[in-house]
Amino acid sequence: MREDGGVLVNQSTTKTTTGAGRVDREGLFIRFMRATEVDVRLLGMIAALLTIWVGFHLYGELVLGRGSFLTARNIWNLSVQTASIGVMATGMVLVIVTRHIDLSVGSILGFCAMMMAIIQVWILPEYLGLGHPLIWIIAVVSGLLIGALIGGFHGYLVAYLGIPAFIVTLGGLLVWRGAAFLLARGETISPVDSTFSLLGGGPYGSIGSTGSWVVGILICIGIVALMLVGRRQRQRYDFPLRPMWAEIFLGLVGCGVTVGFVMLVNSYPWPIGIVRQYAAANNLETPVKEIFISHGFAIPVLILIAVGIAMTFLTSRTRFGRYVFAIGGNPEAAELAGINTRWVTVKIFALMGFLCGLSAVIASARLNSATNNLGTLDELYVIAAAVIGGTSFAGGVGTIYGAVLGAIVMQSLQTGMVLIGFDAAIQQMVVGGVLVFAVWIDTMYRARAK
Amino acid sequence: MSDTTHNTPLVELRDISIAFGGIKAVDHASTDLFPGEVVALVGHNGAGKSTLIKILSGAYKRDSGKIFINGEEAQIENPRDAKRYGIETIYQTLAVADNVDAAANLYLGRELQTAWGTLDDIAMEAEARKVMGRLNPNFQRFKEPVSKLSGGQRQSVAIARAILFNARILIMDEPTAALGPQETEQVGDLIKQLKKEGIGIFLISHDIHDIFDLADRVTVMKNGQVVGYAKTSDVTKDEVLGMIIMGKCPPGAIPGPGALQTA
Repeated sequence: MREDGGVLVNQSTTKTTTGAGRVDREGLFIRFMRATEVDVRLLGMIAALLTIWVGFHLYGELVLGRGSFLTARNIWNLSVQTASIGVMATGMVLVIVTRHIDLSVGSILGFCAMMMAIIQVWILPEYLGLGHPLIWIIAVVSGLLIGALIGGFHGYLVAYLGIPAFIVTLGGLLVWRGAAFLLARGETISPVDSTFSLLGGGPYGSIGSTGSWVVGILICIGIVALMLVGRRQRQRYDFPLRPMWAEIFLGLVGCGVTVGFVMLVNSYPWPIGIVRQYAAANNLETPVKEIFISHGFAIPVLILIAVGIAMTFLTSRTRFGRYVFAIGGNPEAAELAGINTRWVTVKIFALMGFLCGLSAVIASARLNSATNNLGTLDELYVIAAAVIGGTSFAGGVGTIYGAVLGAIVMQSLQTGMVLIGFDAAIQQMVVGGVLVFAVWIDTMYRARAK
Repeated sequence: MSDTTHNTPLVELRDISIAFGGIKAVDHASTDLFPGEVVALVGHNGAGKSTLIKILSGAYKRDSGKIFINGEEAQIENPRDAKRYGIETIYQTLAVADNVDAAANLYLGRELQTAWGTLDDIAMEAEARKVMGRLNPNFQRFKEPVSKLSGGQRQSVAIARAILFNARILIMDEPTAALGPQETEQVGDLIKQLKKEGIGIFLISHDIHDIFDLADRVTVMKNGQVVGYAKTSDVTKDEVLGMIIMGKCPPGAIPGPGALQTA
């Protein structure tokens, strides 16, 4: 999540740098890019995202007389809405990197959500009693497990039986959606366990001002620590170091974005109705109008941040991640190098399923119910997010942060069009067009890079 | 097969056969290799050299026949098994993962890890710099994906990977095919150096000069069968060419099942 804020700082700095010396503009820019080791693609995506944000805000401002995109409330909501797609998109990166596809994520999400709802609403209360603190834990764990098992099963069919992933997951798309319908006989199961529903966000499902500051400061410490460790490692082996100004610049951008995002989510207060409820419950004397309670980070956003960090770690720092990219680059070479490519494939799909289970938690908790069409069409948004984020269908290329950014782009488009009152039909057309356009840009970029 | 039978061979391939869809790519072929020896496998395209060698390296599963390593029967079902026996292979196709860098390729499948169980990229890169420095001192592009490298550079990565892990048995399938004259010479020097270290090398090559320069013995194949075995000191280049083209076994060679029956 911190990427979207970082955008602002990063972009403006680049602009001042380039604006300063017109003559050796290119030289400066290239030097800046090399010193900071920032990827051009990343800058491009950030620019696109900013354009979308500012564009929608200005459109609202000029045409409707009320710009509502760049408000704390909208950005907060945007971050919550991005969470479910973003979580799955990080897994889809690995799937696409290894030249597979997973069309079943939306259905797995629906199925897991339905299973969790049944477990926590129909089954567990009978044995543990309504509202028992174990209910949500059992529900979540079983949801994640079911997701991982379904994914692993898909992976087995792909890797060991040699059925193309497109077919396996196309079948999965239908099978799990149908299974979810059968399980609940088409009913909507609601409401879910009250603790469980906090995982979906909302005023109570947010960690408030103090908690957000703690998280923000921890992230800043993490950024600085990572940079220090990296620098020391490079020194130990006499590798070229980034210039000091570049290190400080990157550190400031990272921390600045984090702090900015914390301030943003803290400036969005609870709605008056919730405050009244809260005041009544806690016997507060102060008039309701004077109480300002910050939302702070919503729990789904924290989940997305945690997943993003964990998945980045997994792809860049572990053998598994290395194998995923090696298989994507050259499956035959990976096999000859002694990698058990089939088993890695099973693990990738199981991980994808696990993340679908996690998204199912977020999505059903947010709606406070499991409906039969939960997650419908999500597969397309997830694939789009990964692809917009620079994951290549040719295999071997893709990043986690790109996919998360891609998810933010998709969600921004969606939210923006809702805010300015576009039809659902037009929304679909725009999203589809943008997807094709983004991939075209990407293809051109790669062709030029060669 | 060989006349040096008083000690056990490092590798012995005995009666290996494999068929692809009814075509016998390798038909009851046998050969062996002693420590510190270079055995060249020669023959036309499609003679079955690469296929035979891929069975030893675990890339193909044989239909019948046995593999002995140091006189003991070895179970080689996949590339991981082969590596456990100290068999390293440089494939004709190079088989490098294009989108990761040189260090990642050198350690692919056997990554160095930190105490935390994470990849130790820096240590791997440092080690890669050492190996590559020995092999190809001009090589500097450690940070770039292998796809950006030239053919010769990719070749050095593939060779470095094979020698990095103290292989006992090295299989080189056309190791100099993509190389210029200078790099070819480097590979030749490398082969001689590895020989001194007691490594056994199977060399597949089309270059008859290379073969006589580097190999101690040749095993000639034709249509999946072994034509014959010979010490390079006992036969001439023309005689070996005769074996390759016509399957005719000269007096200095030991005929195999594929030898032309002289009536």
